[in-house]
Amino acid sequence: MAQVKVPIVRNILQANERLAAENRRRFDEAGIYVFNLMSSPGAGKTSLLERTIDHLSGRIKMAVIEGDIQTSYDAERIQQKGVQAVQINTDGGCHLDGNMIQQAMDSLDLAHVDLLIIENVGNLVCPAEFNLGEHDKVMIFSVTEGDEKPLKYPLMFQTSSVLLINKIDLLPYVDCDLSKVRDRARQLNGGQEVFEISCRTGEGLEPWFVWLEGKVRERQSRRSARA
Amino acid sequence: MHELSIAQSLFEIVLEEGRRYRLERVNTIRLQIGALAAVVPEALTFSFNMISENSIASGALLEIETVPVVAHCPKCDVLCEVENLVFLCPECGEPLFDIVSGRELSIIGIEGETGEEDGAG
Repeated sequence: MAQVKVPIVRNILQANERLAAENRRRFDEAGIYVFNLMSSPGAGKTSLLERTIDHLSGRIKMAVIEGDIQTSYDAERIQQKGVQAVQINTDGGCHLDGNMIQQAMDSLDLAHVDLLIIENVGNLVCPAEFNLGEHDKVMIFSVTEGDEKPLKYPLMFQTSSVLLINKIDLLPYVDCDLSKVRDRARQLNGGQEVFEISCRTGEGLEPWFVWLEGKVRERQSRRSARA
Repeated sequence: MHELSIAQSLFEIVLEEGRRYRLERVNTIRLQIGALAAVVPEALTFSFNMISENSIASGALLEIETVPVVAHCPKCDVLCEVENLVFLCPECGEPLFDIVSGRELSIIGIEGETGEEDGAG
């Protein structure tokens, strides 16, 4: 028996990174802006999508990929709004990966889509580790979760370009200090866009819509510049 | 939970490298994992042991080195270690976006045995 030591330098998630890069190329060729929406379960991802669709439909063509462990409940909620939606059931899996997105894309007609939203599995840990090819990671934190969450789930806060603080209508009833959330998030990611919103009352959503529409128009202008 | 998917990817890489170097056994797998990566070493080891049963890597030891979080401050043009997850330059207080290390999920080496006699190759 010969003992051997083999030096290797490889990223363990290289297979996923490669698929994510392929997805990104497809999104860019089609001029679609894509964001990956992440949060813990019940923070308001689907409610945010409903609000966003209501506001932007008519001006922007949207499609949604819904990731859940089980059920097609969320995709049905979105389809009722007249938006294409495809459900991915991970059957116990705690996150979406590049391969799942590739398969889901094949069942969507992306030819005339301007904005693709990927709603990840509700989980503050694992989704942050897997790139899907998105342009931005967007996270929702709800005030009922407690102001220490940025400290406990740093990677999610660190990798998200946008932080939506939801359920601000409930602030009088919960012990959540918004300034602590903002400070802790800023320490992890000083360049993050922060929006304080309530999907229930609609408060604070306007600046988010403006930001999002800006991102979509930016992609569109790149597409028309190439055409 | 996602350690299982990471272990699966790692297992595939180990098998591929094992074939390339004609290994009959893999004893040690050396990994670098960034302090910012959301990976629990124990969960990764547990998942890997489960997946690698009855393979050349069965029972292999995962040697995990944690890589500190280091970022570059564009204003001071220095590298600084990010302590306690505060991504602000300790000198000037600017937010640090340029993460140089700390998110690694890398395999850096494997040790094992070939079927050849010592000194034969």
